Amino acid sequence: MNSIMNSPVAKFALYATILALGILLPMWFPNYTGQMTVMWMMVVFALTWDILGGQMGYNSLGNIFFFGAGMYATGMVQVGMFYDLAEYNSAAGGGIFNFTFSQYFTGMAAGFVVAAIVCVILAVILGRLVFGLRGPYFAIGTLAIATVVGELVSTWELVGGGQGMSMPNYPGDLGEAKFVFYSMMFVLAICTFAFLRWLYGSRFGLAINAIRDDEEKAEGMGIHTLRYKTVAWSIAAFFLGIAGAIYGNFNNFFEPIDVAFPTTTFGIFMVLMVLLGGKGTLWGPVIGAILFHVIKEVTWTYLLNLQWVALGLLIVVTVVYFQEGIMGWIMRKKPTWFGIRVEGEKQRLGDMR
Amino acid sequence: MSSATTAGESIIEVNGITKTFGGVVANKNISLNVRKGGITGLIGPNGSGKTTLFNSIVGYHPIDGGSIKFSGEEISKFRVQEIARLGLMRTFQQTRIYGKMNCVENMLISVPHRKLGFWDMFASRDKETLERADRMLEFVGLYEKRWLLAGDLSFGQQKLLEFAMALMNEPTVLMLDEPTAGINPTLINGLIDRLKRANEEFGITLFVIEHNMRVIMNLAEHIYCLAHGEMLAEGKPEEIQNDQRVIDAYLGAH
Ligand SMILES: Nc1ncnc2c1ncn2[C@@H]1O[C@H](COP(=O)(O)OP(=O)(O)OP(=O)(O)O)[C@@H](O)[C@H]1O
Ligand SMILES: [Mg+2]
Repeated sequence: MNSIMNSPVAKFALYATILALGILLPMWFPNYTGQMTVMWMMVVFALTWDILGGQMGYNSLGNIFFFGAGMYATGMVQVGMFYDLAEYNSAAGGGIFNFTFSQYFTGMAAGFVVAAIVCVILAVILGRLVFGLRGPYFAIGTLAIATVVGELVSTWELVGGGQGMSMPNYPGDLGEAKFVFYSMMFVLAICTFAFLRWLYGSRFGLAINAIRDDEEKAEGMGIHTLRYKTVAWSIAAFFLGIAGAIYGNFNNFFEPIDVAFPTTTFGIFMVLMVLLGGKGTLWGPVIGAILFHVIKEVTWTYLLNLQWVALGLLIVVTVVYFQEGIMGWIMRKKPTWFGIRVEGEKQRLGDMR
Repeated sequence: MSSATTAGESIIEVNGITKTFGGVVANKNISLNVRKGGITGLIGPNGSGKTTLFNSIVGYHPIDGGSIKFSGEEISKFRVQEIARLGLMRTFQQTRIYGKMNCVENMLISVPHRKLGFWDMFASRDKETLERADRMLEFVGLYEKRWLLAGDLSFGQQKLLEFAMALMNEPTVLMLDEPTAGINPTLINGLIDRLKRANEEFGITLFVIEHNMRVIMNLAEHIYCLAHGEMLAEGKPEEIQNDQRVIDAYLGAH
């Protein structure tokens, strides 16, 4: 018996539908392009959070650090390549600094590459510090990194301090700009998904699952646990850094506390979205992110000042009553859809995990 | 490869190691040798320090003093993973498997990591490894259960899976902490047979903690007996069986 989720036709149809929707939706609803850009970013947030949080069993509350680091890295490169950074920022984007079409895009390309590399290097260095911590200590330790860095950057005048930094203006029509950033974020989400799908099917997936299930046993079996953990965090950092770099340009402006290192909004959302969708699964984070973002966008404005109460409630309900998440729930109800075997059946090694 | 293997060559040499937990002296000045290619037994009443000794050897905790050599190399300062990668592997008394992964996945990730470089982290699942995993699962009698989540197996089956995982790792020495505990008595003979085959066919040196006297007498060629953290006696099975001190220790003359 072949499971539904493993049937190649069903898979192809699913991927084709998502790709088509991703391309068509901003054309059908151009006024919502911004919200949809953020939605794909949420997908990247959830997917990357789940690498550690779901697949490896390390609940990081500080992943948002890499988002901000990528944003600042690209900002400094994009401006610094053509102007004096300090002068630019002291003028606070007074419109006197213009970027030509080619300056804008070469700067951006270089900025994205630097953002990704810087974030990977930071993950490797910070990994040495935080991976000595376990359980809640790891969560608090990573949260501390994101919070402290946000505060420190607020005092760093070269990058605008607490005032933040304006990004170069898009050299063209604003409607076009929206679509460009949407496309970048959409492609990033697809790449993140495709990469993780491959990664989880390799030995890497097994190793981080082993670390999640019993890290001491994994050590006893000779698995290079620190190596896997560091690389896992670096992968998350890589995609988050690029997400931050895109978002900084999309938003045209950023400052440390609310935009670049928002531990209390995006930083918490990424955890919540994964829990909602089902941690430790490939699709759970995607479903959780899209659902959460749509619900949030639809209800946020009508909740007046109660949105934080609603969010708190959602956290409590998910954490206390619905830990398995949507995918976890479906997998428990319909295990055979996913090629999970109960007593005695045969199975091809599942590609659906 | 090493030079000519003499009948008595030791692969593990423990010399005067001591381990205390606060005020509790769990191991006191313990010395022993494990013969290369053989099966060595370790017995002793509950709390006599057997597991502690295993933990010390595999680098699970730092020791207070003494020396531990593996293939002639001092390993008492090495970390768990390094020792495992040298080919010195142990199973846990409280069986440990990866509960949310199925048996085959448990096996696939138990390949010998000493051979693996950086890029091997991203290796895809090759047919050869899969077949070896199947063969090992077959060997311990878990082939029919191979797609079940390891956490859903019975305690005894988990014990067998842990044994299979250890074999998958191709260790030079395998240290087993009570391999027959929780195994159905009717299956124990089969397990003894498999342990012997692992020793003879795969050439793995075994060092076994065991409470079941019948099992250890049947299995080991040389036995050490601990009591109250100290080495009480050592010798061939017959000698140990008839040693009055061992009998007293087991009959509860604490
Ligand atoms: N981590 C620890 N912290 C404190 N005391 C410990 C620790 N590990 C072992 N001990 C103590 O050391 C002594 C020896 O324990 P150990 O587990 O080595 O015995 P054992 O011979 O394996 O017993 P059993 O046959 O019951 O498994 C016991 O008194 C135990 O309480
Ligand atoms: Mg013990």
